[in-house]
Amino acid sequence: MKRIVSVLVENRFGAFNRITTLFSGKGFNLHSISIGGTEIPGLSRMTLVTSGDDKMLDQIIKQLNRLIDTVKVVDLSKEPLSVRELALITVQYIKGNRTEISSLCSIFGGKVVDITSKTLTIEITGPPDKINAAVNTFLPYGIKEMARTGVVALKRGEQVRANEQEFLPNNS
Amino acid sequence: MKQHKPIMSGADIFFECLRLENVEYIFGYPGGSVLKLYEHLYDVDFLKHILVRHEQGAVHMAEGYAKASGKVGVVLVTSGPGATNTVTGIADAYMDSVPLVVFTGQVASHLIGKDAFQEADIVGITRPITKHNFLVRDVKDLASNIKKAFYIASSGKPGPVLVDLPKDIIAAKCEFEYPDTVELRGYKPTIFGHSSQIKKAAEKIHKAKRPLLYVGGGVIMSGATDELKLLAKENKLPVAMTLQGLGAYPGSDELSLGMIGMHGTYWANQAITNCDVLVSLGARFDDRVTGRIDKFSLKSYKIHIDIDPAAIDKNVLVDLPIVGDAKHILAELASELTEPPATDEWWEEINAWREECPMEYEKSDGLLRTEYIIERISEKTKGNAIIVSDVGQHQMWIAQHYKYENPRSNLTSGGLGTMGFSVPAAIGAYFARPDKPIISISGDGGFQMNMQELITAAANKLPIKFFIINNNFLGMVRQWQELFHAEKYSFTDLSQSNPDFVKVAEAFGCVGMSTSSVEEVDKLIDKAFAITDRPVVVEFKVVREDMVFPMVPAGASINDMIVKRLSPKLM
Ligand SMILES: Cc1ncc(C[n+]2csc(CCOP(=O)(O)OP(=O)(O)O)c2C)c(N)n1
Repeated sequence: MKRIVSVLVENRFGAFNRITTLFSGKGFNLHSISIGGTEIPGLSRMTLVTSGDDKMLDQIIKQLNRLIDTVKVVDLSKEPLSVRELALITVQYIKGNRTEISSLCSIFGGKVVDITSKTLTIEITGPPDKINAAVNTFLPYGIKEMARTGVVALKRGEQVRANEQEFLPNNS
Repeated sequence: MKQHKPIMSGADIFFECLRLENVEYIFGYPGGSVLKLYEHLYDVDFLKHILVRHEQGAVHMAEGYAKASGKVGVVLVTSGPGATNTVTGIADAYMDSVPLVVFTGQVASHLIGKDAFQEADIVGITRPITKHNFLVRDVKDLASNIKKAFYIASSGKPGPVLVDLPKDIIAAKCEFEYPDTVELRGYKPTIFGHSSQIKKAAEKIHKAKRPLLYVGGGVIMSGATDELKLLAKENKLPVAMTLQGLGAYPGSDELSLGMIGMHGTYWANQAITNCDVLVSLGARFDDRVTGRIDKFSLKSYKIHIDIDPAAIDKNVLVDLPIVGDAKHILAELASELTEPPATDEWWEEINAWREECPMEYEKSDGLLRTEYIIERISEKTKGNAIIVSDVGQHQMWIAQHYKYENPRSNLTSGGLGTMGFSVPAAIGAYFARPDKPIISISGDGGFQMNMQELITAAANKLPIKFFIINNNFLGMVRQWQELFHAEKYSFTDLSQSNPDFVKVAEAFGCVGMSTSSVEEVDKLIDKAFAITDRPVVVEFKVVREDMVFPMVPAGASINDMIVKRLSPKLM
């Protein structure tokens, strides 16, 4: 099962590398990783998607905590979450199917961000399974290139239903 | 009024920081990118620099110093090959939680990443084997990074910290101020254990019928040996120790069960298998201790006291974790335990195991065996020497037969099992405890891995006793070949290729002696101790094909011991 771990980490030389080194050194799985700023000066937030049983997740959290540069480590797997990922997908078109692709794009709430005589570049944001669905949809037209950011996630407020579990990346 | 801060060069700041950290010794080796530091070192008189012959030796010396003293060991080497030569030592210190600060020179900042002469990304290389490391990128950060390095190395679960010093940083100047405290928002070791957990542990121990203390090196590091003694004595609790735990409790005391684990005593391994309350103190349920994990100590309620939260539930799921410093927790635990548990029947059982399978070895053939030599050393030093063992069969025989009376007197490479540890580590230990007899004991294989450091001992006129147990084999590997690898003695026989150890000793400025006779052992030990102005190397030529027993084969459960020499065909 995939799990999301959120890590507040000092924005210091080598800090990110230390975290990825930990994953490879300890044999933990690392499916995606995204890093960016936070509201706290000097701290970055890393969102890691990993997998393993409860025992392994317990070790992942503890080993991450053990690093000097990590300030806070939270297992988000059992929390109500907002989970998002962004993808840029460059799709090929031929005469006649450009509008078809564009309308599929809007079904996914996407935006066309670039256009050439042969391709459309589409931006889609959403939970990973929505991105997966979009990718599958565009596949038959020919995807020339694709970039995904990996998951970012934040805990939701108490009032929100706790069922966004389903938005966790599935085992694709 | 704002205090005027002095403007100082990186090199001056470096030494001023070391002075403020009360560093007495640096183990080091010069080279291009640390020349500026060595230039300043020339005029430094508050500390002593020990010139080694190989940077790995420097790190093991610093480890020996740190393990024997409890202080931080300090190393200084140059960039590139100087830095990479420290890697094995750093990994060793990381596995055995030895507090070190290793300073490596680095090429000038503007050359980093350019494949400059003698450039190595030592910070990248050592990331997984250090507790933390720093590349100093601005001379303004130098003092605070050094302060942090010493603090991180010595607090919490100790470990090695590396500080990489680019050449230009050492030459640059800035205002100097040494911070009084360290503020690291991501690092706050837990010192005090949870009181209600400790109360609960006391209740469990009180109600136990078959309690066992399982003691690791953490008890020694935290300085908790008096507290341990009090707890064990007042409650008549059996004490079994890991390889690193030996010395935490007096080996001659009746409550000591000796070592636990793969080559532990039969009775300690039976006790850990059959106990009903297992109290782990500063130990980490290492695979050499647990044997087959799904058969390990199945009947016990497990209490795990450790300063490292990550040690909890890592290898064995425990019932009651208490995170914190063993010294405080043991003191609290002892005061909570007002009434001792009833352990008389348990002791009867343990004593029966003792009789069932005592630590015996062949004596009738009159041949020289390691066990005998260790027994004699133990007897003659009354368990009060600092014994620095290497890795292999002799290491296990020392653990079995030397009766350590004091903490910080058993120096050995446990976690990494680094051959070549003993010779340099003994030198470091001498600088920590010149008042104690220092005995290095190596196999003929491991001795040759760092024997260049003999000259370091000789140059400093250190009266260290370097004992070589020479079986002309890589003995421990040979044992496994005999037992588990079809008696194919592949590349373990050194009989045609060992040097003349007496000549080696003499060439390196030491006194050299050798014997193969049982009768001469006492005489040579006495002779070695009579020499006080120089190192002595004594070669003991022992039986070639001896095996360490009892033994738990890899993958077997911990009470499933081979207790006697068996023909492999019978196994
Ligand atoms: C640096 C290193 N290389 C290889 C090993 C594997 N190893 C473990 S014990 C051993 C044999 C040691 O032989 P010796 O030093 O003669 O000691 P003995 O076992 O005979 O007492 C070897 C090769 C090791 N532990 N460390």
